[in-house]
Amino acid sequence: MKTPSSRRSADDRGFRLGTGFFALLVVVLVAGIFWELYRTSHLSIAKFGFRFWTGKTWDPVSGEFGAMPFIWGTLYSSLLAMLISTPIALGIAIFLSELSPKPLRTPLAFLTELLAAIPSIVYGLWGVFVLVPLVRKLQVVTPDWMRKIPLFSGPPLGVGMGAAALILAVMVIPFTSSVAREVLKAVPSTQREAAYALGATRWEAIQAALRFGRTGIIGAVILGFGRAVGETMAVTMVIGNNPQVSASLFKPQYTMAAVIANEFTEAADDLYLSALIEIGLVLFVITVIVNAISRLLIWSVTREVRFKAPKAPAAATRTAPKVAA
Amino acid sequence: MKAMRFLLALAFGALLALPAATAQAQTVQINGAGATFPYPIYSKWFSEYNKLHPDVEINYQSIGSGGGIRQLSNQTVFFGASDGPMTDEQLAGAPGPIMHLPTVLGGVVPVYNIPGVDSQLKFTGGVLADIILGKVTKWSDPAIAKLNPGVKLPVTDITVVHRSDGSGTTYIFVDYLSKVSPDFKKTVGVATSVNWPVGVGGKGNEGVAGLVKQTPGSIGYVELIYASQNKIAYGSVQNHDGEFVTASLQSVTTAAAGAARAMPKDFRVSITDAPGKGAYPISSFTWLLFYEKPTDRPKAKIMVDFMKWALTDGQKYCAELGYAPLPREVVALEMEALKRISL
Repeated sequence: MKTPSSRRSADDRGFRLGTGFFALLVVVLVAGIFWELYRTSHLSIAKFGFRFWTGKTWDPVSGEFGAMPFIWGTLYSSLLAMLISTPIALGIAIFLSELSPKPLRTPLAFLTELLAAIPSIVYGLWGVFVLVPLVRKLQVVTPDWMRKIPLFSGPPLGVGMGAAALILAVMVIPFTSSVAREVLKAVPSTQREAAYALGATRWEAIQAALRFGRTGIIGAVILGFGRAVGETMAVTMVIGNNPQVSASLFKPQYTMAAVIANEFTEAADDLYLSALIEIGLVLFVITVIVNAISRLLIWSVTREVRFKAPKAPAAATRTAPKVAA
Repeated sequence: MKAMRFLLALAFGALLALPAATAQAQTVQINGAGATFPYPIYSKWFSEYNKLHPDVEINYQSIGSGGGIRQLSNQTVFFGASDGPMTDEQLAGAPGPIMHLPTVLGGVVPVYNIPGVDSQLKFTGGVLADIILGKVTKWSDPAIAKLNPGVKLPVTDITVVHRSDGSGTTYIFVDYLSKVSPDFKKTVGVATSVNWPVGVGGKGNEGVAGLVKQTPGSIGYVELIYASQNKIAYGSVQNHDGEFVTASLQSVTTAAAGAARAMPKDFRVSITDAPGKGAYPISSFTWLLFYEKPTDRPKAKIMVDFMKWALTDGQKYCAELGYAPLPREVVALEMEALKRISL
């Protein structure tokens, strides 16, 4: 006969082992992906070495492969998309969690989340038929003095970095805004009450809430960045698919995910295939680096908060009664 | 708890029963994979053949020529399909001799969008190559104007649109340009994806056509089927004999007939820039790939029978799907070659 307590501890152990096993699965999976990418790209790694990261030529005919234009295109388009989407997404999140009239809140939140459910091919088609012609019109009316700036050089094609950054921004907004909204919702109302109690305006109270939830908000932005880095279909349809390193928003460029999707099916040559898989490896490594940076960022922010934490609430409790009195 | 165990048992039971259930059917399944370009006619053929022989089920996955060649070499599929012939290197890497059999023909046409120009433009291979290389940069260039007297060409910049995805269409197009322009051969070369000197890439025929339609002053290339089905106007191209030919199913088949006279035994032949009156120069076969000494004889027997049907009765489905049928000369050569497959 088992005593109730021993049975409970057996159950506990079983539960812990079970969940531990599933957690371990993730580690095994990631390690497996890395190993498989490394193994299948060995031809290209052996031939090009580090030159693969810095090379600017991608020539399947002569077997010369360099990933630089793709790395550049991926990071540049994602970064531009973040610059556009972050203020908008945060605006949406703040409005929905702090300012929106109650009856509007649920339908608006639902609509923003609906944006996340649209398949990327649909975004791509919208990009080709609506966004690209609009961008071209903008490019055509760009005055000549502006074209001399590297950011706006190039012929008015419509497709290119600018269109890609815009479409990515639209795609990323629902992710960033819904996570940021959840974060703001999770900020204890005592924070806002305390701020109001100190005589803060609504804007100042929101600032306090933002500061309180900044870890989560940075997380929301990074989540959007990750989504932008990996986006394939919509980007390849509007970016112009020409591997070149350029700061111009007008020029066609290329991304890592797009070149894999475009060329993998027809790559029959071993070295070519191996180079495409190495692009996947590079994408993997860059994703890890981006995630590590975001961890560092979050970590540095939380540490800062922890140092300040004892002071801030103390200040609030000290002054609050005074205001109340 | 008891209910849970019962459910689990049920699930396992279902899993075990699954293979048994599928094994009961008495059909022979043959798997193939490869080129996307001939996919519509292949799937039509396989379904029609299945109606004639209900016990044979041929599955085809259009994963791309590269994937088809790879899977055939790894022997994960029984037959492959490709828009470009396998290279000597690829053939040497396969576990046994592989046979190429042309099935249908396709053509590639230059499409363009020039504001104010409605008439059909004429191109020579050399001018087309120079445009794609970025050497001819304006539509008003004398090289283009000389070929098209009477057409008022604007001083618009040329935007080159190419395929961004690896594709048999690209292969045919650059194969032709490399034949007619030594410069193109040297700087770009022939493959399903190449390093384009200028221009933007669109994904698929629809991507290229879409970009051309939207961009004033652009030129691109799409499959003949795609252009004709979507009623896109395209230019005529000067052939080997010096006449300007507009692509059509007829002129593509004529190009293949011209090539049949000098057909190599293994059918690995490019028919771009083919000689002959009325031959359209940017044409190509698409091939099915088989092992000459297949390990599974019964399946090989079925596939040989299928090929005989596809090369004769099957060719009548070409026109409705927009493919150019094989000329009689080539069919005769293939019937002979099929005997080489050891059964």
